Amino acid sequence: MDAVPSREIADMKGAAALPRKNGELVFDEAWQGRIFGMTVAMSHDACFAWRDFQSHLIDEIGHAEREGESSTYYERWLHAFEQLLADKGLLDAVALDERTREFESGRRDDVF
Amino acid sequence: MSGTHEHGHHHREPESVLSLRVRALESLLVEKKLVSSEAIDRVVATYEQDIGPHNGAKVVARAWVDPAYRARLLADGTAAIEELGFGGVDLQVVENTPGVHNLVVCTLCSCYPHALIGLPPVWYKSFEYRSRAVREPRVVLREFGVDLPESTEIRIWDSSAELRYLVLPERPAGTERLGEAELAKLVTRDAMIGVAVVKPPAAAAR
Repeated sequence: MDAVPSREIADMKGAAALPRKNGELVFDEAWQGRIFGMTVAMSHDACFAWRDFQSHLIDEIGHAEREGESSTYYERWLHAFEQLLADKGLLDAVALDERTREFESGRRDDVF
Repeated sequence: MSGTHEHGHHHREPESVLSLRVRALESLLVEKKLVSSEAIDRVVATYEQDIGPHNGAKVVARAWVDPAYRARLLADGTAAIEELGFGGVDLQVVENTPGVHNLVVCTLCSCYPHALIGLPPVWYKSFEYRSRAVREPRVVLREFGVDLPESTEIRIWDSSAELRYLVLPERPAGTERLGEAELAKLVTRDAMIGVAVVKPPAAAAR
């Protein structure tokens, strides 16, 4: 694990640029930090190259803008990440839906 | 910022669909050993701490509460920031006083003390700021919301690859009771570039 932020990630430009306030990263809700952390941690571990994720993110943002969606930056990030994992064969969309329902119904309450 | 290890939050609003989905995703990826919750915690902590002006704010707050440190900081910025564990940059600290306001620019490119105040804002790198900060600093400052009396002298510091500048802003009135950590929270990136003044807590919270 890198001990310092990667410039490649911190310096993303244009629509993909990380939301900031006073130069610091902004996570409006806890889950936004989690999805950010998950994506960065997996790229550090070489599950995928950052530019692969970045191009998915840019595509997702472009798509959302064209469709006039009101989704937030990290919602789009989540969709892009799911798409990337599916492309790499690392995630089964059906399993994710099922797991989400388990958390929703309270059948499952923690990650472990 | 840990969303995973909280229990018994009955008093809260129902968790959002997105939050549930992210929890489900983390749960699946952890199960597959593709990532660990601790690694996620570390990434979030690292990026939250190391991107942004936290380090510079700590330096400023220390200088406000410790006159001896302030003197060392103004005499030899590079050595003084090393005392707090920050380095990798030759630094000169310039102090704002009631009669003098300092403004930092890099007219050639975008030299900036990253280690202390994070990544430079887009405007800092713009041709407009780089040229106008030198030519008409008073007007530029007014556009940033800093209206200085005519009697205040404005000093411009042009950063280079060899030497970076950091503004030591004036400590706002009414903060005598605040501790170092609380003071650091008031210090903004813009104040350390010189395009803002540090506001007292009531105004900063707005």
